[in-house]
Parts: sequence; structure tokens; C-alpha cells
Amino acid sequence: MIAFEKFTLNNGLKVIVHQDKSTPIVAFNILYDVGARDEDENKTGFAHLFEHLMFGGSINIPNFDEPLQKVGGDNNAFTSNDITNYYITVPKDNIETAFWLESDRMLSLAFTEKSLEVQRNVVVEEFKQNYLNQPYGDVWLLLRPLAYQKHPYKWPTIGKEVAHIENATMEDVKTFFYQHYLPNNAILSIAGNVDKEFIQPLAQKWFGDIPSGNVPIRNLPKEPQQNEARRLRVERDVPANAIYKAYKMCSKTHQDFHATDLLSDVLSLGKSSRLYTSLIKEQKLFSDINAYVMGSYDEGLFVISGNLLDGIEYDIAEKAILDELEKVKATAISDNELNKVKNKVESTREFSETSILNKAMHLAFAELLGDANDVNLEGEKYQQVSKKDILRIANEILKKTNCSTLIYAKSNKQ
Amino acid sequence: MIVLDRKKAPEFHQVDNIDFLNPESFLLNNSISLHTLTGGSQEIVKIDFIFNAGFWHQNQSLIANATNALIKEGSENYSAFEIADGIDQYGAFLQSDVSFDHASITLYTLNKHLEKVIPYFKEVICSPSFSEKEFNIYKNNALEKFKVNLEKVSFLARSSFMNEVFNEGSPYGRKLSIHDYENLSLKEVKQFYNDFYNLGNCEVIVSGNVSSTIVETIDRFFGQEVIAKKNETNKTTTQSSTNNKKIFIEKKDALQSAIRIGRQLPNKLHKDYYGLQIFNTILGGYFGSRLMKNIREDKGYTYGIGSGIVSLQNGGYFFISTEVGSDVTNDALKEIYKEIEHLQKEEVSLDELNLVKNYLLGQILKSCDGPFNMASLFENVHFYGLDYDFYNNYIKTIKEITPKTLLELGVKYFKQSDLTEVVVGKV
Repeated sequence: MIAFEKFTLNNGLKVIVHQDKSTPIVAFNILYDVGARDEDENKTGFAHLFEHLMFGGSINIPNFDEPLQKVGGDNNAFTSNDITNYYITVPKDNIETAFWLESDRMLSLAFTEKSLEVQRNVVVEEFKQNYLNQPYGDVWLLLRPLAYQKHPYKWPTIGKEVAHIENATMEDVKTFFYQHYLPNNAILSIAGNVDKEFIQPLAQKWFGDIPSGNVPIRNLPKEPQQNEARRLRVERDVPANAIYKAYKMCSKTHQDFHATDLLSDVLSLGKSSRLYTSLIKEQKLFSDINAYVMGSYDEGLFVISGNLLDGIEYDIAEKAILDELEKVKATAISDNELNKVKNKVESTREFSETSILNKAMHLAFAELLGDANDVNLEGEKYQQVSKKDILRIANEILKKTNCSTLIYAKSNKQ
Repeated sequence: MIVLDRKKAPEFHQVDNIDFLNPESFLLNNSISLHTLTGGSQEIVKIDFIFNAGFWHQNQSLIANATNALIKEGSENYSAFEIADGIDQYGAFLQSDVSFDHASITLYTLNKHLEKVIPYFKEVICSPSFSEKEFNIYKNNALEKFKVNLEKVSFLARSSFMNEVFNEGSPYGRKLSIHDYENLSLKEVKQFYNDFYNLGNCEVIVSGNVSSTIVETIDRFFGQEVIAKKNETNKTTTQSSTNNKKIFIEKKDALQSAIRIGRQLPNKLHKDYYGLQIFNTILGGYFGSRLMKNIREDKGYTYGIGSGIVSLQNGGYFFISTEVGSDVTNDALKEIYKEIEHLQKEEVSLDELNLVKNYLLGQILKSCDGPFNMASLFENVHFYGLDYDFYNNYIKTIKEITPKTLLELGVKYFKQSDLTEVVVGKV
């Protein structure tokens, strides 16, 4: 249970405060409701590039990191297809520095050409490091556009191609900032030994005079229902054949999300899970196998991915995956299996709540999706899932015509 | 109404008081040492059995890894599936890990399920079966993962770097090859288990909400086991004979080159250790470091660059690590050496030093937050025969160290002629 207090400033900034008296550190998390899905198809990778620029100095403060390090704090950020999230941890006594820094960069950035030029290079290197110069690094560059035809989930957060990042202009940067980096498009969540009484005046002082603005109404193209099996085969210079199967599934806010998540756990969470036991241990077809849900805010993907053992043919390996899926579609899982995945969810949550940063983030995410208090109801929603729900979901989504398959084969020269 | 001056930083305080959570130490019935770090509001516990069974103790590559992985794959009374299922059933997590000096087997569980999962945990530690079947599965799958790693410039650079800095004769520097996987023998794995996973060769650290019942439960399950004498490994680490080696491994299609630069350094028992950590922080140990500022934030050559000092029971080392665009590999190398040299020629300014001091104190405060973090801090000194005075002295050194001392450390330890350089990729 994460107790919290909540208030909203006149400019629309929502603020959530969770008190944890046991820690000398405060987590200060600010989430902007903008992600890669809000990008123009011809300027992808922009939300993430922009996140880098947020560290290039703001209107009144030339450098973001230094003043924070000087008071013993630390920070980072991440961008997803759905959101952009910035977080700071700082000794509680110095929390006002976090307010000062975050409010100034919400007010306005410095917009220097130097920062744009350097961060374009840095992000291009990030693109190379994680997506191009790694074995299997380009999987999501291939799988997303196979699974999505209309919805902007068809490109990854890093962007469709390096050129989109290289071509970003200062004008693009400014437009993006003024459209999305607004108090009424943000949620501030603070966890530590602080309460609303202490936080509210600080929030008012530093964020209160930042004007609100018009956030463009999100009107994303809806992904049409998939009605055919899709398949793509590529060859790369990698040591092992791999397969990826992506099934369309519901969004994170859908009532079926918890059952879908548990279905993926039944298949592959832990060494007693079905795919691990059958495909790795018993049949010895894969060196590695996983099933997981993407947890995205719009309709997402249920992914099964595996690396084939040397000498195993694709058709045999794929059939073995499909056979396991047929089993979970034909017969309800056992009571034991259901209990097991529910217990895992419970303990994962308990361990995750030992971190104040996790608590601050989870509150902000939940608030964005509807209500911060949902973090406290999640556990019960998982407990409510029945074997019947899981059986129904398995039959709804694990269908040939709902699947995009990527065959990622090692090239013959190896 | 007062107009807010946004150019002026709010007042702040240097971290002054850091409370360390003190361990309580017990002996189980059979004299195994158990230490508890109790705190936090969740009813959860982490039980860590730490053995002197790291890479240092193996005579052949891969044995320490294989033993640590296979220990979970079946026991006298349970199959691998039954162990995994028994632990998963109660939402618990079993983790095993090997590092240079130690190997650990760790259980994470809700307190309310401890009684149910601990029998499986005990089987894993005390009576693994090491079956031929599980051994073959492990061997094949680990080899496949290793082959994937061999495609990564960062992996190749790291293993080649350790090999050059410690050389093949030292267990810290021995390089893994496909050959090691093919030659792995189950007999040696069993032997390694017998030699190094005896309960006499371990200590237990329990953190979380640790009640006396939990300690009693652990004692009931593990305190009755017969333990053998501690196994001492008699090895010495050899100082690498040639310094200033430059190794280049070509990877034709690489878009980026991985760079590792470094050398052996004394471990945390040495008087210069604190100063070296502070020096390292300035050079490459945090986001605002000299290397990060120059190579990422000014030149845009890389997504990230960092450096670190690793303390080992029988040695230690310093490393710089980055991946840079292939076309700028030489430029990046030049800038890295320039930054090191700069710290040897010019004293760091008081502004920069004060920033680093405050940053480090804040990081120490953060590293004490909660029982799991404290368990790591405890572990990191305990096996060197040290206690929390180590951290108190570190804090004292941080507060007192001068630019002059840092410059002297730079001159003493970071001469370019003492550094080894490894580049994997394309120049």
C-alpha cells in the first residue's frame, strides 16, 4: 500500500506526494505525457532526442546536471513510445534544488545550437550502439513495422532511421517543446520523508507561475484489426537463428490486461514455466525462450522470442512453440499454475516497493492512466483473474491471423 | 510579492550525518557466521549464502560459472523442475551469481512463505545432484549465449582487457574461449562444488525485515549440517610484466569501436584507495566527469563513457570504457589521454572538487538507503576484514582531500606508460 496526497496547481500541474519516513533521500519524478507515438512519421526519434536536449541548459540555468551534483543529487530520464519521464534523487534537505532545476526547464530551454548539434551526434551513437552494432539489435526496427501498419507504434523510440535524427532542426525542437512541455501536460510525483504541507508551497513557488498552454489533442491513427498471418525473414551475421512472434493484445488500461500479463507469466516466467520446461529442458530446441507483454498504453504486443539451438530447423522449433500455445488454448491452466503466477506478482510488487524511486514512478504512471490510487488496486486486479479468463484470452489472441512472425536467420557464410 | 530569482540556486547543505544500519551477527549451531541487517516496512527478506568460490578459486575457466549455474538444476530429492516449481510456487526468487572472488546463492521471499521455500533452498545448497542431463543442457545453452557475446565489441574488449592487465596466469585475467565450453567436464564441476561450496566455506547475510523467527528457521535448516574446514586457495596475482600494451582487434563491419584503457591498482586495503576513488570520479566516475563532458557532451563521439576502480580480494584494477563511432576512434583515444594528462598537470579547481565532494557524499547517503543496500555495503567491507569505519574514513577523506593530493595521485598512478589500451572494432 502506497499512501499519498494529491493536489493540482492552477496551471494544471498535478502533484503527488508519498511520505516514507525511513529514508534520507527524496525521489522527485516528473512525467510528461508525450512519447514516440506523438511523433510525425517523417520526424521519428524526436521525443527521445528531445529528452537529451532537456539536459542542455534551461532559460535561467546554463547547466542542469552540475547544480544537482553539487547538492549530492543524481538524475536520469527515459523515453518510451508513450511517455517521457525525468527523475532525480537528492538528499531530502536539498530538495529545493530539484524544484529550481525542473521548473526552469519546464519554463523554457536555452535552445543552443551547440547542444542540438552535440546531442544529435550522441543519439546517433546511441542508435549505433544499441540497434545497429549489436547482434539482434535491429529486431524492433523490423518487428514494429511488421506488426503495426497505421499506429505510430510502428517505429521504435530511437526512431525509424538515423537520418531522421540527423535532420532535426532547432525549429522542430522549439515547436515540440512549446506543444508538450507544459504544466498541464505533466505529473510531478515526490516520495520521501516529506508531506503535502511541506511540498505544496514549494510547488507553488517554483511551478506556480509557469503558464499552461494548449496541448495538441492526441488523435492517433487506429491500428486496423489484423486478419492475416504476417511473416518476414531476414538474414544477418549472427551466431544463432532466432524467432520472434508478436501477437496483438489489449492496452495497459484494458480490463483484460492483467489476465494477459499472467498468461505470459504462465508461459515463461521462471524455470518452472511452460515454454522453459518444454522447449529448453525437455525438447532441447532453444537456448533461450521468452514470452512477455509490452504493457503499452495503446493496443500492444504479446511477444514470444527465442534463440534456436545449433542444428535445429525453423519449422520444428516454431511448431514446438505453437504446440505449447495450442495446449494453453485447449485446456485451462492448473490451480497451481494460477497460484504461482499470482504469488510472483505479489512478491515482485513487495520487492519493488522497497525503492522510493519506484514508488514515485508508479504513482505518476498510474495517475497518467487515470488515478494514482490504481497502484494500490493492481494487486487485487491480479488476484481476481480466473483460469477461465486466461483460457479466453489465450484463445482470443494466440491466433495465426493475429500474429507477426520475424525469422531472424544467421547468414550462410557463417 | 517577491519576484522569484530563477538564476539564483536555492541554499543547500552538504550531507553531514550518515546513519549506517548496524549488522547483528550470530553463529548457527554448526558455527556458520550469519549477519542480519534489519529494516524496511515490507515483510520480505533476502538470504544470501556467500561462498569463497569465485573465478579466483578455479584452475580452469568456466568451472566457477558452471558450478554456480548447475547447483540449481536438481538435487538428491528433487528434479530441476521440482526445485524451480517449489520456489516459484510461493512467488520466491532464487538467484545465483559468481564474481571474481565470491559466488552467491540468494533467496528472495515474502516472510510468510519462508518456511515453505527454505527446504528447496537447502537442497540447492547442500545436495545438488549435477546430473549428466542438466550438465549437457547447460553446456549447449551457455555456449550459444557465449557465441552471441563474441559478436559484441564491448564483450571482446572487456575480456581482452582483463587478459592483458592480469595476464593468462592470473585467475582474474584468464580468457574464456569456445574451447573451454567444449572441454568442460562434469567431474571437475562436482570437484569444485566439493572443494568450495561446503558450508564451512561460506557466510550468510540476511537483510530485510529479519525477525528472530527467521534466524531460527535458517538455523533449523542449515545449522545442523556437518561442515568442513575452510578451503584456502593459495595463489598470487602476478603483476602484468609489460605495461603500455596496445592491443587492436579488428572487427570489419563495426560501426563503433569499443575502447578499454586501464591498469592494475591496489585494492581497498591500500591507503591511497579513497583518493584514487575520488580521482576516478573526477575523471570518469559520474555524469559530469571530465571524460563525459569532453567526449560525449562536447564532441558527441559516444553515447557514454565512464571509468571505474574495482577492488578485488587479491588485487584491483582501473578501467575506462566506451564505445565510439568507428570514424572517430583515434580522435577519442587522443582526447581520453589528454584528459588523464590534464589531471596530472593541473590541479583541479576548488569549485569542481567541491562539487565532486558533495556528489560523492550524496551517493554514499543513497547507498545506505534501506536494508538491501546496507547489506551490499556490509558485504563490500566485511570480506576484507573491515567494518563501517571504512566508510567513515572515506567520508573523512572526501571532506579533507586537496587538489594537490589528487594531482600527486594522478602522477603516481596514471602515467600513460603504465596504461594498457584495448580497441576492438575499426580504426
